[in-house]
Amino acid sequence: MSASTLQPSIQLSRAGEVTYLLRLADTCLFMGQRLSEWCGHAPILEEDIAMANIALDLIGQARALYAHAGEVEGRGHDEDQLAFLREERDYFNLTIAELPRGDFAFTMVRNAMVCTWLKLMWERLQDSSDAELAGIAGKALKEARYHQQHAADWVVRLADGTDESRRRLDAALPTLWIYTREFFDADEVDELAESTGLGPRASDLRDAWLAEFGALLDEAQLPMPKDSAFRSEGRRGRHSEHMGFMLTELQYLQRAYPGGAW
Amino acid sequence: MNTTTQNADTKTRNEWPLWEVFVRSKAGLDHKHCGSLHAPDAQLAIQLARDVYTRRQEGTSVWVVRSDQIVASDPRDKDMYFDPAEDKVYRHPTFYALPKEVDHM
Repeated sequence: MSASTLQPSIQLSRAGEVTYLLRLADTCLFMGQRLSEWCGHAPILEEDIAMANIALDLIGQARALYAHAGEVEGRGHDEDQLAFLREERDYFNLTIAELPRGDFAFTMVRNAMVCTWLKLMWERLQDSSDAELAGIAGKALKEARYHQQHAADWVVRLADGTDESRRRLDAALPTLWIYTREFFDADEVDELAESTGLGPRASDLRDAWLAEFGALLDEAQLPMPKDSAFRSEGRRGRHSEHMGFMLTELQYLQRAYPGGAW
Repeated sequence: MNTTTQNADTKTRNEWPLWEVFVRSKAGLDHKHCGSLHAPDAQLAIQLARDVYTRRQEGTSVWVVRSDQIVASDPRDKDMYFDPAEDKVYRHPTFYALPKEVDHM
């Protein structure tokens, strides 16, 4: 293949089990990708290392899920093909994960929201009828607990920090809040997962998430933002305007140098 | 803003305090000093110590202590404090035979 020919996209199975796994994997991958953008840009060296650690944890979780999704799909796709060689509409992450990283307050609020959701998801997936998925969940849960605590501790400190940290937090919270509705937006894929014991419906996490995130807002003395009519649909493959730019950067190497390794 | 930072001079007023980090590599061993870091408070000092110093499985437990809380000997006292031990070889318990069963003395 000549260097001017780009690696084509894979033909993805639409089986519900595969979509269910990819929704989770894609959310982890893009959370990791956005967090990794902080590497070399964090407010302090110590936090730079912390965010890079968390990014690598999330990308590791995504890898395990992609490898497993490839087996479940049965078309011979490996983790790299699933991560890098799909069209935009074949990614099924929570939309919030693909938003640009914003400032430190924005990143920490997003981490607190998504890592709480992920932690609750992993807790339930430990009892999955899919033994491989249950195993991945058991390992990921330990990491997710730390991710949630790290972000939550920062939210409390930014709320009670300086005028500037409070102002940035107050701006980030409602901006991100409108994407949380999607966290609990269940469809036929969720129903399938619930009926086969693969995992919970997204809607099953709602009460626990509101309780945990609400407790954090109380501790930080922040008001619960108002819900809006806006509805994001990344889990169904319909993405924000930011997705294409991120995929271009993420996919460039695999597209230009198929199977590239180092 | 806490009392310590309020009382600090202008130069350091906006900086986070320094913390010394001690890591226990495995159960039964002592915590050993491994470095320092900046953190706004104790809870985050523990978290950041975990991220900076135990990311390659170096530890099972972490202690942190504010660097300004450590009382250290004065380097100028080095001669007076430590040199006199140089010729007191009899302080090492090596002048009698140990039973064979005793290892690692």
